[in-house]
Amino acid sequence: MSSRPSRHREAGQWARAWPPLPARPLGRPAGEGRLGFPAAEEQSPRPGRSAPAQRWNPVGGFCEKLLPSDRWPWSDVSGLQHRPLDGVALPSLHWEWESDWYVDENFGGEPTEKGGWTYAIDFPATYTRDKKWNSCVRRRRWIRYRRYKSRDSWAKIPSKDDPKQLPDPFNDLSVGGWEITDEPVGRLSVWAVSLQGKVWYREDVSHPNPEGSSWSLMDTPAEAAQISCGPHDLLWVTLWEGQALVREGISRNNPKGSSWSVVEPPTSENGIMHVSVGVAVVWAITKDRKVWFRRGVNSHNPCGTSWIEMVGEMTMVNVGLNDQVWGISCDDRAMYFRQGVTPSELSGKTWKAIVAGRESDRSHSGSSLSLLSAGCFFGDEVRGSGESCAPSDTDASSDAERPGPDQPVPAESLDCPGDPKGSSASGPGTSRTTEHPAEVASPATQTPRPEPRPGPACTPAEVPWTNIDLKEPKKTPSHPLAGLPETTGLSSLEVLPLGLEEPYGADDHPLWAWVSGGGCAVEAHSVLKWFSVQLGLSPSVQTLSLSITPAQTAAWRKQVFQQLTERTKRELENFRHYEQAVEQSVWVKTGTLQWWCNWKPHKWVDVRVALEQFTGHDGARDSILFIYYVVHEEKKYIHVFLNEVTALVPVLNEAKHSFALYTPERTRQRWPVRLAAATEQDMNDWLALLSLSCCESRKVHGRPSPQAIWSITCKGDIFVSEPSPDLEDPAHPLPCDQMFWRQVGGHLRVVEANSRGVVWGIGYDHTAWVYTGGYGGGCFQGLASSSSNIYTQSDVKSVYIYENQRWNPVTGYTSRGLPTDRYMWSDATGLQECTKASTKPPSLQWSWVSDWSIDFSVPGGTDQEGWQYASDFPASYHGYKTMKDFVRRRCWARKCKLVTSGPWLEVAPIALGDVSIIPESPGASGNGHSVALWAVSDKGDVLCRLGVSELNPAGSSWLHVGTDQPFASISIGACYQVWAVARDGSAFYRGSVSPSQPAGDCWYHIPSPPKQRLKQVSVGQTAVYALDENGNLWYRQGVTPSYPQGSSWEHVSNNVRRVSVGPLDQVWVIANKVQGSHSLSRGTVCHRTGVQPHEPKGQGWDYGIGGGWDHISIRANATRAPRSASQETAGERSGEQGLPSGPAQVAGALQESLGPVCC
Amino acid sequence: MTDDKDVLRDVWFGRIPTCFTLYQDEITEREAEPYYLLLPRVSYLTLVTDKVKKHFQKVMRQEDISEIWFEYEGTPLKWHYPIGLLFDLLASSSALPWNITVHFKSFPEKDLLHCPSKDAVEAHFMSCVKEADALKHKSQVINEMQKKDHKQLWMGLQNVVSTWSSQEIETTQRVKQDRFDQFWAINRKLMEYPAEENGFRYIPFRIYQTTTERPFIQKLFRPVAADGQLHTLGDLLREVCPSALAPEDNPTPKRQGLDVQACAQKV
Repeated sequence: MSSRPSRHREAGQWARAWPPLPARPLGRPAGEGRLGFPAAEEQSPRPGRSAPAQRWNPVGGFCEKLLPSDRWPWSDVSGLQHRPLDGVALPSLHWEWESDWYVDENFGGEPTEKGGWTYAIDFPATYTRDKKWNSCVRRRRWIRYRRYKSRDSWAKIPSKDDPKQLPDPFNDLSVGGWEITDEPVGRLSVWAVSLQGKVWYREDVSHPNPEGSSWSLMDTPAEAAQISCGPHDLLWVTLWEGQALVREGISRNNPKGSSWSVVEPPTSENGIMHVSVGVAVVWAITKDRKVWFRRGVNSHNPCGTSWIEMVGEMTMVNVGLNDQVWGISCDDRAMYFRQGVTPSELSGKTWKAIVAGRESDRSHSGSSLSLLSAGCFFGDEVRGSGESCAPSDTDASSDAERPGPDQPVPAESLDCPGDPKGSSASGPGTSRTTEHPAEVASPATQTPRPEPRPGPACTPAEVPWTNIDLKEPKKTPSHPLAGLPETTGLSSLEVLPLGLEEPYGADDHPLWAWVSGGGCAVEAHSVLKWFSVQLGLSPSVQTLSLSITPAQTAAWRKQVFQQLTERTKRELENFRHYEQAVEQSVWVKTGTLQWWCNWKPHKWVDVRVALEQFTGHDGARDSILFIYYVVHEEKKYIHVFLNEVTALVPVLNEAKHSFALYTPERTRQRWPVRLAAATEQDMNDWLALLSLSCCESRKVHGRPSPQAIWSITCKGDIFVSEPSPDLEDPAHPLPCDQMFWRQVGGHLRVVEANSRGVVWGIGYDHTAWVYTGGYGGGCFQGLASSSSNIYTQSDVKSVYIYENQRWNPVTGYTSRGLPTDRYMWSDATGLQECTKASTKPPSLQWSWVSDWSIDFSVPGGTDQEGWQYASDFPASYHGYKTMKDFVRRRCWARKCKLVTSGPWLEVAPIALGDVSIIPESPGASGNGHSVALWAVSDKGDVLCRLGVSELNPAGSSWLHVGTDQPFASISIGACYQVWAVARDGSAFYRGSVSPSQPAGDCWYHIPSPPKQRLKQVSVGQTAVYALDENGNLWYRQGVTPSYPQGSSWEHVSNNVRRVSVGPLDQVWVIANKVQGSHSLSRGTVCHRTGVQPHEPKGQGWDYGIGGGWDHISIRANATRAPRSASQETAGERSGEQGLPSGPAQVAGALQESLGPVCC
Repeated sequence: MTDDKDVLRDVWFGRIPTCFTLYQDEITEREAEPYYLLLPRVSYLTLVTDKVKKHFQKVMRQEDISEIWFEYEGTPLKWHYPIGLLFDLLASSSALPWNITVHFKSFPEKDLLHCPSKDAVEAHFMSCVKEADALKHKSQVINEMQKKDHKQLWMGLQNVVSTWSSQEIETTQRVKQDRFDQFWAINRKLMEYPAEENGFRYIPFRIYQTTTERPFIQKLFRPVAADGQLHTLGDLLREVCPSALAPEDNPTPKRQGLDVQACAQKV
C-alpha cells in the first residue's frame, strides 16, 4: 500500500469513465495551426477502481447474491453503475494498465482487516471498518492503476463525449493557467475555439491526465475566432467582429472564470485579428497588421485600460514566458523578438529580427539534439499524417524542402525548461516535468500540402509530437484570420531550396507563418545571440532594418567606416606634428574611494573618483567630480558639477572616514553622495580639495561675512553660509536647500553670532570659544585656510553605556537577564549591545582620555553605587530600590578627546551651557555700545559679558546675574529683552536690561505652556519663541513694548529640536525628522515661511540642509531684501536660468555693498 | 549609427591640418610666420583660434587690430558653420594643409556675423541642437533636459577641441575618452526615439552647396516612407536635391563619409 503515492487516492475517482471526444481530428485550417499542449513526461499512473459489493444472508453469510433491488455486485462507488472487473476499460488508447486489480485494504485512511471489507446496514449507507451485528451488507474496493502512456507522441484526444456536446472542428487552441496562484501542481487550462466560433474548456487537464476529461462549452456573447490563455489568469479571445473578449474571475477555485468583458479594438475600422497574452501583458494584431500593446493589464484588471500602437507590422505575435514577445513580421515574414521587455517596461523597446540562417538550418535539420542543446527551437508546424514520430533525418527529401528549424539558440541565454533527451524516448517514468508549452514555428513555404507527409524532425524532447491526421485542412475561413490568405498565397515560394548548392543570400530567408515562445524562458536582461550572425551589425541598425536588410546596412557601415578611416589617414597622417588648436590645461585628481551605492542593498562599493578642474572660456573655473563604478559588470559613472554642490559634510562613522556631498536635489531627496576614504588623511585631502573647488566656483572665499548663518552638525563640525538677500524675501524667499554651506575648522556644540561679527561657541566640554576672524583650519590647509587666527582647539565628551541587571530570588541582582531582556551592557535604548571593551569613540578623530567610570549624574538619581531601579526594562528609573523593582541599571561614562584647529580662542575660565548675543536691529549699525552678550554657565548661573565689541569680541569680564534656581537657556532680543529658561522648564523675563544697565534689575516668572517643560528660548527683534522638551515650538503671544512678558504661549509646530529667531524675526529651526524622497533625515535646517509682521508665526516650513544638523544661528543675518532690489535680483536670477551659482554671486555682491570684512 | 562607437569616435576626433597666414595687406611690425594647427572638424572656428589670434597679434600694433575673421581663397569663412563643413564645402579638393587667410581689418559685414564672444557660439550651437530636436522629437527631449545637461553637452563639444596636458599620458587618454562619453551621455538622449516609433519624426538635415546661391536646403523629411520603407540618404538627396546625385546613383552616403544622422548632428 505504502508504495503508492497517496495522491492517487486523493485523485479520488472510483472507476470513472473517461469522456469521449468527437471522432474528429484536432486540426486547424491550412496555414494556421499551433499546438501547445503540456508536455508531461512524468508517467503518472491513475487508479481505475471498482467496488464489489456483498450482502449478508443468514445462510451463507456475506455472499455475492444480492437482493433484486440491490446494487450491482460490481459497481462504481455510487453503486449505480455495473462495473465488472473485466469490464473496466481504459479510457482511451493512450492509457495502459500498470498493474492488475488488487483489493484496497485501507478504508478512510486506516487499514482494515478481513480483506478490505467495510460494512453497513444496507446499501447505500455509512460504511464502517468493523463488522457489527447489524451489518447486512459489505463492500470493498478494488483498485487497478492505469497511466497515460502516450508521451512523446501525438495523442488524439478521445472522442467519447455526448454527441450533442461535441465541439466542431477547432480553430485555435491555447494552454495556460499553470501558474494560477495556489492551484494544484500540474493543473493546466486548455481552451479551444471551434470553427463555429464557440469557446470550449477542457476539464481536468493536468500532468497525470494530459488529455483531460471532457469539453465544456463556454457561453460567449459572440463568435470567437482565436484564443490566448496566459500562464496566470489572463484569457483573451478575439471575436470575428473584431472585438476581444476578456475572461474575468479566473482563479484557483474557478479556472474557467466567471464572466466575459468586451474590449473594443483600437480603431473601429480595423478589428482585432490576433491576440496573445502573458502574465501581465496583452499584445494584439489588428486587421491592418498593426501591433498593439494593451496598457494596464493585471490580475485585477484583466481588460487593461487602453491600446498603445507599437512599431512594425506583424502577422502574428506570441507572448512567451516572462512576457517576452515573438512575432512574424508582415513585411518579410521574418521572425522577430521583442527586445527590452522587462518587468518595468513590459512593452519592450524594439523588434529584433532573429537571424535564421539556412546553412545552419541545413546542417542541423533533422538533428533534434542540436536543437535541444539550444533549449529552444523553432520547428515546423505539425502537418501531414502518420501516427508515429518520423524523424526526418531519415528523410532527406523532406529536409531539403523544408526550411525547417531555426538557427539554434545559445543555451546559456535561455532558461532551458526541460532536460534535453532524444525524441525517441517515449518510455514511462523518464525525466522531469515541464509545464511549459512548447513552441512551434511554421514557415509558410511548406504550408498546404495535399498529401500527407512525414512530420518534422525537430521534435524536441519535452514535447515529442506525433502527427495527427488533418482531414479538413485547407478550408479557409470566411473571415480573415491572422494572415491566412497571404500565407497560403506564399506557398508558391515553397520550392526554393531544393537542389541549390550555393548558400542562400542574406535577404533570402525562410518565410515564417507562426511562432510560439511558450517554452522559451528569456531572462529580461540576458544577452541574446540570436540576432548577430551577420558580422558587424550594430543593434540599432538592425532594429531599423525592417525594410533595409542587415546585409545592406552592414555594407554601408563598412563603407562609412572605411571612408572615415581614409579621411583620417588623409587628413592626419602627415600632420600629426601640428599643434592642437586648443590646449587647455586640466587639473585632475584621481583616487580610489568607496561610495555608498544608490541601489539596494545599500553598501559601500569601491569607486574610482576623478576631480577635473578646467578653466571655462569666461575664465571661471569649473570642476566636475566623476565617480566611476561598476554594476553588473557594466562600467558606469555619476558626475557632479561642483558649482552645484551645496555642502560637503564629514559623516560621523565609527569605521569609515566618510563624507557626504549635497546638491539642492540631493538635499530634497535626503540622499547625498556618500564617499569614504581609506585613511583620515585621504579623506581630509579630498574634503579640502572639493571644498576649495566648490568655494572657487561660487567665488566664496575668505572669512565669513558678519551676516553669515552659522550651524553645527551632530558631529560638532561648524558650517557657515552666506545669506543671499532674498533669503528672507517675504514674497519669494530663496529655497533654503540652495544655500551653500562651507565648513570652518573647529569643534563646537553651540554657536551664536551677531551681525557685528561677534561669534561665540561652546564646546561639548562646555568650554566657551570666541571666533577670531580666521577661516579654514581643521582639515583645510593652504589656500582654504587663513594663515593667522587659527589655533589648536580641543574638545572632550563622554561616551555613555549602561550596565543592566535583573533581580532573581536566589542570587539577587545579577547580570543574567531573561532571554527576552535587553543586552546586559547596552546603550541607553537597550537595543544596541555596548560593552566596555567593544565601545569605541564616536569617530576616528576621537581618542579615549579616561577609563570607564560610573556616572552618578543621570536624571532620576542613583543609589550609592550608581544604580537606578525600575520594575522592568524599559521604564522610568529611580535612584532607590523598592519591592517592585526587578531590574536596575547604571550608567558608565568614558571621556574621549578630539584635537583639531580652527579660528577659535578659548574664553576662560567659566564653562558655559548656553550663550546669546544681541541681534542688531536692521539699520542700527555699530552705535558705539558694547555688544550685549548673555550666557548660562554649565552650573546654571546666568552671566552677562561686559566689554564685547567688534574689536574685542571676547569681551572683558563676566557679570553674575543672580537667580533662584539653575538656568538652562538664555536669549537676548534686539531691544535688550532677555528671556531665559530655568532647569525646571519654566521661563523668565529679565526686566530693565539696557546698554546702561546691562544686567537689568529683576526676573519675571513666565509659566511654561501647560504640561510642558521648556528647554530653549530665542528672541529676535520682537518675536519670542520657546521650545519644550517634547519638541513643540511655542510663540509668545501679546508681547508689546509696554508689556514685554506677553500673555500666552501659542503652539506653532512640533518636531523641532532647536530654534533660532533672527533680527528680522525670521524663524529657523533644526527639525527633528524630515522625510525626503529617499530617506528620513534627523536634524534638518528648516526655515519658517510666511513670517510677516501681521503673521509672526508664519505658515509652513521650507526644508534645507540635513540631516545630522544640531544647531543653527540665524541671528547675524539682518539682510533684508530691499523691495525693488529683491525684484531686480529675481529678474537677474531668472535671466540666468537658475544657474546655481546665482545666489552665491548675488550674496557676494551684497557683501561688497555692505563692506564685508575681508582677509 | 548612433551606437556605433567606432564611427562616432572617428567623427568626433576628426581633425583638419590647417595653415593660417596673415593677409598680406595687414600692417605688421615684423613678418608674420604662418601658423599651423589641427582644427577639430566638430567645432567652430572662433572657438578654436585663440592661439592663431595671439600668434598674429604679437606682430601687430594694437590699433590695427579689430575683430578677427578668416577667409579661404577669397571666401569669408562663416564661423557659425562647423569647421568640417567649411572644409568639405570649400576646400576638400585642395591639397592639405588647408590654407586659411587671417584678417583683422575690413570685416565683411555682409558676409559674416560678428562673434563677440564664445557665448555667441554656445548660443548658436544650442539653438541648432534645439532646432534639430524640434524636428526629431517636437523638442520634447531638449526641453526635459536640465540646465546642467545642456551645459554638459556644450562642455563636451568644447572639450573635443582640447588636448589635456597632464602628467600622465594614460590620464590624458582617459580624460579624452571620458569627454567623448560625457558628450554622448547627453547627446544619446537626443538621438534616441521611442520604441513604438520607427525613427525620428523628421530627420534634421541641411544640405550646403557651393553651386547655388541658397545658403542651404532644409526641408521636412520623415525617416520612413509612406509605405513603411526606411529612407536612405540617397532617397533624401533624390527628393530634395536631385542635382547632387551622381549619375551612377549610389544610394550610400558619400558626403564626408557620414551617414544621415551624423550629418544631422553636425548641422
